[in-house]
Amino acid sequence: MNIVVCVKYVPDATSDRHFESDSTVDRAGVDGLLSELDEYAVEQALQIKEKQGTDDGTEVTVLTVGPDDATNAIRKALQMGADKGVHVNDEAIAGSDAIGTSLVLAEAIKKLGSEAAYDLVVCGMSSTDGSMGVLPSMLAERLELPAVTLGSEVEYDAGTVRIRRDGDTATQTVEATTPLVLSVTDQSGEARYPSFKGIMAAKKKPLETWTLSDIGVSADQVGLSTAWSQVESTEARPPRTQGEIVTDEAGSGATKLTEFLVSKKFI
Amino acid sequence: MSEILVLVDHVDGAVTKPTVELLTIARRLGEPSAVLIGGGDDSAADTLKKYGAEKIYVVDDADFKDYLVAPKAEVLAQLVEKSSPGAVLISSGGEGKEIAGRLAVKTGSGLITDAVDVEAQGDTALTTQSVFAGSYTVQAKVTTGTPIITVKPNSATPEQADAAGTQEQIEVSISEGAKGARITATEPRKSSGRPDLSEAAIVVAGGRGTGGDFEPVENFADALGAAVGASRAAVDSGWYPHSFQIGQTGKTVSPQLYVAAGISGAIQHRAGMQTSKTIVAINKDEEAPLFELVDFGVVGDLHSVLPAATDEVKKHKG
Repeated sequence: MNIVVCVKYVPDATSDRHFESDSTVDRAGVDGLLSELDEYAVEQALQIKEKQGTDDGTEVTVLTVGPDDATNAIRKALQMGADKGVHVNDEAIAGSDAIGTSLVLAEAIKKLGSEAAYDLVVCGMSSTDGSMGVLPSMLAERLELPAVTLGSEVEYDAGTVRIRRDGDTATQTVEATTPLVLSVTDQSGEARYPSFKGIMAAKKKPLETWTLSDIGVSADQVGLSTAWSQVESTEARPPRTQGEIVTDEAGSGATKLTEFLVSKKFI
Repeated sequence: MSEILVLVDHVDGAVTKPTVELLTIARRLGEPSAVLIGGGDDSAADTLKKYGAEKIYVVDDADFKDYLVAPKAEVLAQLVEKSSPGAVLISSGGEGKEIAGRLAVKTGSGLITDAVDVEAQGDTALTTQSVFAGSYTVQAKVTTGTPIITVKPNSATPEQADAAGTQEQIEVSISEGAKGARITATEPRKSSGRPDLSEAAIVVAGGRGTGGDFEPVENFADALGAAVGASRAAVDSGWYPHSFQIGQTGKTVSPQLYVAAGISGAIQHRAGMQTSKTIVAINKDEEAPLFELVDFGVVGDLHSVLPAATDEVKKHKG
């Protein structure tokens, strides 16, 4: 079987993330990495592959859209154990919204599908920068595939994917048959660390770079100027100022805490 | 005034608080029309009418209620086609955002998710979002198609406004393609009897520092009438269910008061609570990063501070 995992290269959440003057995210001035939530998608793809046995010929392809550095996200996934990578890199894509990005991903997946039919498209639950969480659904819509989304437990058996989906008021079991789009949460299973062997092996794995013309998307369908939503302003929130800190001594902490809550009229 | 579609979120016919918040926001933009899929008994319609729904589109879901998300997006797409609304408002949440994403592609419309405020600007909607773990505020608007906006719970104070509430039965045709993902089992979550996490005015959350014992956290929450939340570390350790997780990959809460007990405050956690009005932390480790944000902090063991504080709160309340 063939599995495509969509991943995103994002600014490190622990670094000083900020916007450029055109209100796009500064992706060059901060350290980037494979979005943590996409590691879970790679992990589930690898687990499904491993369950198929070694002779099955299951292949995991990692797909990303982004500037030059985004290759690092693919590399990390290859180190974890994915088989090959595809990086769609084209200046015209910069500043695309989710609508534009989903178009690029969908057309790239179609091109992969024309080379070898795929069974699963696996995504993380959201990115850690834009964190919209809409891409898996947009892909399903564009590819006209069923989507089983927000899986916190994933089972694959002979062409059927079954997930546990934790909603606010109920837990659901959802299933669909391949080909389909699957998104997984951070509860789906700890993502593996690349082993030394994996890191060495990744260097020899195929990694292709495609431009928009390779996937038949024209520059005026994507990018900042054609985005369907527009940022009017971005403003850094003033940092919170630290209030009073007390050290608990023989119950004084509870008393002072209660006094604080009373003074703020919470009690 | 243009029609504003509001997708109603309900649990077995009981309209949720985020839905009436959406109706309140919709009134700033135009005339609210509620889209009620399934659960169409009179009590839901009464609530919607009371909070300003001029129209209520009632859709029978018998044919598609066992399928995930996609049919609801088709319902909305057909209504957008029919009524050319000024905007579509949907509550932010896993399902809401998925419906919005599909609807945006279907209708060729721009999409904004997780708005914390929406106001009218000229003939369009200006949204406010809180991004990068709450460190930035972004204002944006949709420029193409019908603005599709998902709004976080607690983004508006529900205001009653008696409206016509004219009901209209809508026949929809759901494609076979939308019936790809079948819900084969549903297990309702047992109610804790506490306020809902994303709607609560006060939230008390426990983390690694609880060592797995959430009793002091729960007791303190109950004394304050608060909801209980948990950090990812606590959830990953299996100490508290995932649906109570606060942070980037769980719920985002913005209560009047947030009490963090034994939570160090990684950036991913702060993303879920940083916009709370008042923040209090209790932690043994005085170096815990969360102390940088607090309005009041206690350096001490939650296992002694919380039970003593619970007693004092109860005494105060008599």
